[in-house]
Amino acid sequence: MKRQIPLIIVIGLGFIFVAHTFIPSRTSQDFYDWWVSWSKAISPFAVVLGILSLFMVHGTKIQRKAPNWQYSVVTLLAVFVTAFVGFVWGTDEGTPFLWLFKNVQMPMSATMFSLLAFYIASAAYKAFRAKSPQATVLLVAAFIVMLGQVPLGAAISRWIPEASQWILNVPNLAAKRGIATGVGLGATATSLKILLGIERTYLGSD
Amino acid sequence: MFEILSNIVAALLTLFIFSFLYKDNPFYRFAEHLLVGVTMGYAIPLVYTNAFIPFVYQPIFLEGQYWLIIPSILGILYIFRFTKNLSWLSRYPIAFGMGIVGMGVPMSMHSSVLVQMRNAMRPIDNINTLIIFLGTVTILLYFYFSKPHKGLYGKFTNIGIWFMMVGFGASFGYTVMARISLLIGRIQFLLGDFLGLIK
Repeated sequence: MKRQIPLIIVIGLGFIFVAHTFIPSRTSQDFYDWWVSWSKAISPFAVVLGILSLFMVHGTKIQRKAPNWQYSVVTLLAVFVTAFVGFVWGTDEGTPFLWLFKNVQMPMSATMFSLLAFYIASAAYKAFRAKSPQATVLLVAAFIVMLGQVPLGAAISRWIPEASQWILNVPNLAAKRGIATGVGLGATATSLKILLGIERTYLGSD
Repeated sequence: MFEILSNIVAALLTLFIFSFLYKDNPFYRFAEHLLVGVTMGYAIPLVYTNAFIPFVYQPIFLEGQYWLIIPSILGILYIFRFTKNLSWLSRYPIAFGMGIVGMGVPMSMHSSVLVQMRNAMRPIDNINTLIIFLGTVTILLYFYFSKPHKGLYGKFTNIGIWFMMVGFGASFGYTVMARISLLIGRIQFLLGDFLGLIK
């Protein structure tokens, strides 16, 4: 009851979807539209799960006065304030909600990602110090691709942008194709395992 | 005045995050936690406006599609994930969503395997197509772990590693470029919009 019925739902729906893909018809299209409308109705509630999870994690930290619990107060206050201004003043242009997005969320997330530029540089240095021929090939390819994308590369030599393009179009394409094929086979195998009820970890433990 | 205030807030938060380059500190932690909170808070009204209202509230209460109450109840079952005795109820909405996996079998086989194979089987009419063919085959051989990578077979799989290294290098180069362009954007904001040193 607790595991079998959800498993039957997955297997049943899964085989109907296989049929839908191979036997296109009005009935299979109606089935697909029905499934999409139900999924759209279910999906907003998944966000509630995320909110509850966040509140439980940070609420527990505050309640237990765990180390650095003060930052959890900041997180929860930020959730409250942002959601509150979104509900009260709307989400359109010129509202406090958009102001928070443009002046708080967007600058911070862009800066957070830009921080990685420094760490990538340090990772490149470590790879260079490893003195392995394969790491050197990786770095040389990266260096040529980077130089080929900026005006400096063309200023040094007209061959750099061409070499960069060749790397992207030939060895990189071969690598991407080989990896994509492997990923595709892996995805198909995993999907088959779920479809046949062999893989059940998504149901969680009892 | 309001624009100056907005720029000060954005600049301070930018500097708080950059302060991590020195070491972990309370300013960075404050900004980090604020970012998590604001991002989650940002998602809530958007999901409410763009998903709950058009796909749940409107069809049920305004258009009379009462059968949509069933998936709404299924959605509510997600919340039982956090209860001790009834957490199994949350498996029902998950199972409903997982049903799409049936479509994933033929789709992933088609898009990631068959299309790639079709493109790999083009006539070898120049050195580049030969290199692409050699690279694809040696990488696939590398991922075949049922045979030890020794002898002649090992030499082939080693060629595959070299091809992958070039591919990873190209991806690495692109990632660095994307991060550096973000960094340039932030520096331009700090020096231009905030300090007014560059026009």
